[in-house]
Amino acid sequence: MEERWIDACALDDIEEEDVIGFEHGGQAYALYRTLDDRYFCTDGLCTHEKVHLCDGLVMDTIIECPKHNGRFDFTSGKAKGAPACIDLKTYETEIRDGRVFIKAD
Amino acid sequence: MIIIGSGEAGGCAAVALREAGWAGPITLFGEERHGPYERPPLSKELLTDTEPPRTRTSAEAKRFAELGVILRPNTRVAEISPERKLIRLQSGGSVPYENLLLATGARARLLKVPGSEYALTLRSFEDAWALRHLLGAGGHAIIVGGGFIGLELAASAVKLGGRVTLLESRERLLARAVPSALAERIRLEHARRGVLFHFGTALSRIERRAVILDNGERISGDVVVCGVGAEPETALARKAGLRIDNGIVTDDRLRTSDPSIYACGDCAASIHPQFSDKPMRFESWQVAREQGALAGRNMAGADERQSIVPWFWSEQYDLHLQIAGLPDLGETMVERILTDETQLQFHLDHGGRLVGAAALGKLSDLARDMRVAQMLIARNATPDPAALAATGRRLKTLLAA
Repeated sequence: MEERWIDACALDDIEEEDVIGFEHGGQAYALYRTLDDRYFCTDGLCTHEKVHLCDGLVMDTIIECPKHNGRFDFTSGKAKGAPACIDLKTYETEIRDGRVFIKAD
Repeated sequence: MIIIGSGEAGGCAAVALREAGWAGPITLFGEERHGPYERPPLSKELLTDTEPPRTRTSAEAKRFAELGVILRPNTRVAEISPERKLIRLQSGGSVPYENLLLATGARARLLKVPGSEYALTLRSFEDAWALRHLLGAGGHAIIVGGGFIGLELAASAVKLGGRVTLLESRERLLARAVPSALAERIRLEHARRGVLFHFGTALSRIERRAVILDNGERISGDVVVCGVGAEPETALARKAGLRIDNGIVTDDRLRTSDPSIYACGDCAASIHPQFSDKPMRFESWQVAREQGALAGRNMAGADERQSIVPWFWSEQYDLHLQIAGLPDLGETMVERILTDETQLQFHLDHGGRLVGAAALGKLSDLARDMRVAQMLIARNATPDPAALAATGRRLKTLLAA
């Protein structure tokens, strides 16, 4: 199990209420930090048109796709606004030694 | 509840009606054989993707079955009888309504010159299917109109390996909606890719494979495509005696001159209190969606005023354009240089209120700031111009102010 945890970034690589992109093994992920310093991870591409979500805007726990403003709650992956209607896949995160780890498939 | 028109606006209205608590029947009548589908790709990927094109069903239409929305495609509504509150179908029969929504959209405008019927236009999936076969490699497309449709078609034709000559009656591209500096950058990109422009031209005739200018010059190619704007579909509304003025006129609740009939999307000229006291018509995917949803809620009793900030995008080659609000209403402009290749303009009115924003360049550079700009416009914000220009400061911090 241990080898599935991937070291994704440092805590400060993501600003508060923001998102960054991260790639591992050909897979794009989006990593989020909330205003109260919680960290989340989802698939990196919007389920509508495969656009990189890391270029979108984070408001509270909602990420908006940069292209058509499809919305997702990144804490659950739930699609919150059309045109996106398929939920985002989420991944567990863990903080160790000032770094964010994600549990990949 | 009846909705006439099965485009983006109609689909959003049907879902919103149900979500706002309307438990009775909802029927959506559309003349097309498809239910609501996504039209933005018609001028872009749908033409250039190698796999055979398919309609992309809109997110709302995928929920019709679950929400009990009845879709009646291939169905033409012949007449509305506002006194009796029913519609008559072309195929015979009538259907009563409690509230009716007109989401009839717009059709491609034709040039008023002989032979204009030879020119192809783009509104529907079928139009795109036809164009796909004619814009291919080696061909020479003559495109009339330097608006979004014309330019996106030009970019698609070039991408497919074709040649393009583009004719525009005015002296510049995108005169209606895009600030001139950005339009000029778009022109340069097309020119760099080999598109030939003729500005300030008037046509005297169109043939199947050529256009003849009013100075007698003849330009020959393989296909003529016209993208000279859209005209609202108002025939049903006019016949029903509703008020029309460049669209079906509505108040700020999207209600027409008949209190049981609403209109939204491309066919509607609505009052938008934030921008004007005269009816305005917007042609945008996002406005169609948001007005559809608002009309649905109001038909279910919400009594909500329109507060949508118009927003749209275009893609040509690797250039991404987004416009929010109404830059035309601005008197001063503040530029935010995002990167070497991406610029953003804020347009402020005489009182310093942000009324529009326009950005051109890379999607990844401009998307966040444009979304923030849209929210600032919605709030009638009067941001400090220095802060707008300060690239080092996150624009989002202005939302907290």
